[in-house]
Amino acid sequence: MAALLEVSGLKAFYGQTQSLYDVGFEIPTGGITTLLGANGAGKTTTLRAICNMVRTDGTIRFDGKNIRGMATEEIVRQRIAHVPEGRGTFTTLTVDENLRIAAYTRKDKQAVKDELERVFVYFPRLKERIQQQAGTLSGGEQQMLAIARALMLKPRLMLLDEPSFGLAPLIVLEIFRILRRINEEEKVSILLVEQNAALALDLATHAYVLETGKVVMSGPSDVVKNDENVRKSYLGY
Amino acid sequence: MAGSSKKWVLGAIVLAVLVPLLQPVFPEVVSNYRLFLISTMIIAAIAVLGLNLLTGFNGQFSLGHGAFYAVGAYTAAILMDKLNVPYWATIPAAAIVCFIVGYLFGLPALKLEGHYLALATFALALAVPQILKYKWLEGLTGGVQGIVLMKPEVPFGLPLSEDQWLYYFCLIVMIVLFWGAANMLNSRSGRAMMAIRDQYMAADTMGIDTALYKTVTFGISAAYTGIAGALSASAIAFVAPDSFGIFLSIKFLIGLVVGGIGSLLGSVLGGVFYVLVDNSAQSLTQFIRNDLGLPFDLSAYTVFGVLLIAIIYLMPMGIAGGLYMAYRKLRGARA
Amino acid sequence: MEQLLQQFASGLANGAIYACVALALVMIYVSTDHINFAQGEMAMFSTYISWQLMSWGMSFWVAFILTVMISFAMGVLIERLILRPLHNAPVLSIIVVFIGLLAIFNSMAGAFWSYLIKEFPSPFPKSDFGIAGVIGPHQLGVVLVTLIVLGLLFVFFRYTPLGLAMRAAAQNPQMARLVGVRVDWMLALGWGLAASVGAVAGIMVAHIVYLEPNMMGGILLYAFASALVGGISNPAGAVAGGFIVGILENMVAYAGNQIEKATGVYIIGNGEKLTVALIIVIFVLTVKPAGLFGRVVVKRV
Repeated sequence: MAALLEVSGLKAFYGQTQSLYDVGFEIPTGGITTLLGANGAGKTTTLRAICNMVRTDGTIRFDGKNIRGMATEEIVRQRIAHVPEGRGTFTTLTVDENLRIAAYTRKDKQAVKDELERVFVYFPRLKERIQQQAGTLSGGEQQMLAIARALMLKPRLMLLDEPSFGLAPLIVLEIFRILRRINEEEKVSILLVEQNAALALDLATHAYVLETGKVVMSGPSDVVKNDENVRKSYLGY
Repeated sequence: MAGSSKKWVLGAIVLAVLVPLLQPVFPEVVSNYRLFLISTMIIAAIAVLGLNLLTGFNGQFSLGHGAFYAVGAYTAAILMDKLNVPYWATIPAAAIVCFIVGYLFGLPALKLEGHYLALATFALALAVPQILKYKWLEGLTGGVQGIVLMKPEVPFGLPLSEDQWLYYFCLIVMIVLFWGAANMLNSRSGRAMMAIRDQYMAADTMGIDTALYKTVTFGISAAYTGIAGALSASAIAFVAPDSFGIFLSIKFLIGLVVGGIGSLLGSVLGGVFYVLVDNSAQSLTQFIRNDLGLPFDLSAYTVFGVLLIAIIYLMPMGIAGGLYMAYRKLRGARA
Repeated sequence: MEQLLQQFASGLANGAIYACVALALVMIYVSTDHINFAQGEMAMFSTYISWQLMSWGMSFWVAFILTVMISFAMGVLIERLILRPLHNAPVLSIIVVFIGLLAIFNSMAGAFWSYLIKEFPSPFPKSDFGIAGVIGPHQLGVVLVTLIVLGLLFVFFRYTPLGLAMRAAAQNPQMARLVGVRVDWMLALGWGLAASVGAVAGIMVAHIVYLEPNMMGGILLYAFASALVGGISNPAGAVAGGFIVGILENMVAYAGNQIEKATGVYIIGNGEKLTVALIIVIFVLTVKPAGLFGRVVVKRV
């Protein structure tokens, strides 16, 4: 099966400072892949690089098409949804408006309406708060809104940056359960960046480990989970 | 100041002093009108230097320096008209008044950054002509009609024309002011000023009293431009409210940007530049109307506006910056 | 009493103009973080365009609509061609460019149409429009047109997808990109709209202040005051600020007139309007920079 996303020799720069040195990985279609690593290893930068939010060099191919260097909004229009660190909800817009803005690029009004209903099936809490200003939602609800919004883009690939950050454990479990459903039912491939390695390795089928801007380990998540170094550094045992 | 540039400056001063003396030799070239024109360029250079001290060297934006120019001009005019103060004494008087006004404006300006300060000073510039026409001040300011003055008399019975003397007077003031500015900028105070411009937070934490420096710089900057205003009152022998509108401040800005932000030489070039364009605008208009036959009244400000934008794109460091780059390239090529 | 009502009505009409220009300023500020110092001159230039169209035989409203469209295009072009490349330039550079635009628009208007003051027609019928003794026909018309334009803008931003996209782009450009919004074009559209709204203001006010290249200077100052009073980050606030400032301006002048009538002492009157605006600007900036309805922007370290 051809990879949905192929990255090789990826370098990334914040201004003059180089953050990624030689990152390479593949996301298979339909799978969930996770990117692990300590703070500053370059996980967030990798996701940003895919969306051309930082200066890059190297190769990024999405479904065979070269997307490196494309404008961010054009990459998104290729149906890659990025849920950034800190959720990125439009705080002064309502829940409804946040969801609609994601449908902005879509022409089929009826499909959008159906999509909205499907999204509320996954996130019933959002339906209750539909006219509420996004900034007044709780952390967990904002994370749900961010994921729901990403769904409205009808993505083939969803990039998630630390969805568990700052959330209570129960909420995190709920969100991860929903992510699994989205992957299975909506056929959305997922690239997950997570500090919470245990959860991530449970959810994902494949894993890559980043250290100071380079990939140092990769493989199916069962294998990575049992690797001694990974256990010591990221799983705590 | 580097040794080589000192030589250039001394040479320029000697040249400047000699030029009017050539009038009997080249009466057509070194005419009284030309000397008057150069005097206005000197005044413009001083005004632009004032703005440069605040914006170029200290990073506080002012779109309203015309206000301080007006205060200086009117201070001089009122002193001469109502109190018969001699013209040369109006210069320090205007400096003091404008320093105080500038310092007072600098106090609330501490709270304003970037475009907010630009906005406040822009508003000031828009309101100045109206303030000058205020009924209660009419007794002093002469209202809409302004105040008519007399040109400075040639002192000590020197064999000079009025315009030649005016030229020398302005030149002396300019040399003193530029020398003062150069010394200030090279001192610890000058470095503190520039540190505030470049890295405000760092300067603050390093223990520089940023508030004091910013307000005092505002005062000094206003004083410099105010002195230029006072000189202009004597030079033109007339002050009226409508010549101190927003476009005066725009002229200073043009001088600042075209000449070179944060450069003493740039201030001189800028002043010369805007006087030149201002004065040639008329002949340019006539050229377009008569020779090209187009029914347009080209104003200096179209040229100014286009140049402002062009300079920002092509030569943000202004002419002085461009010259400096060229100079470095030449030296590099030689070495 | 009648005079008071008239001054109030006059204040409303002025306020409507200030509201429009202030709104244009705030729209650009909210999306680009820049203050368009050239807003007044752009509006004045648009007004001249409408005058020119009318002198070529078009009726008032046809010229009005056409001018608004031309101004829209003008705004888009300025943003795309002149401002886009300066995206990351220092603030001073951008301010200088605005001043450059100001100078160009002002002097070109003078070049094309001369500095002679021109009369500008009012489309509102003198006979049966207006309420006698309270509000004149043109003033009433100005308020109505302004309310209609503001209403249309409100509906646009609130209920259309494009309006939503523009709001999102202004609020969080990075995130807007991540949902596929072409943020650069949103900025250009914002400029186009601002230019259009400015044109409306210019055309409406020209009958009152007469058409000449320097007609918008004082109005721009008042628009600044209005935007600041309302909160420079809040479009609705700008509109409210415009009306507040317009009425305030006239009430102050009225009070000054009354004092002069009663005591013979002239303190303040129509000649001090710009000074009053300046005082408002300085006051709001130093005492309450967020205005009535805006948010305070914290300095970024």
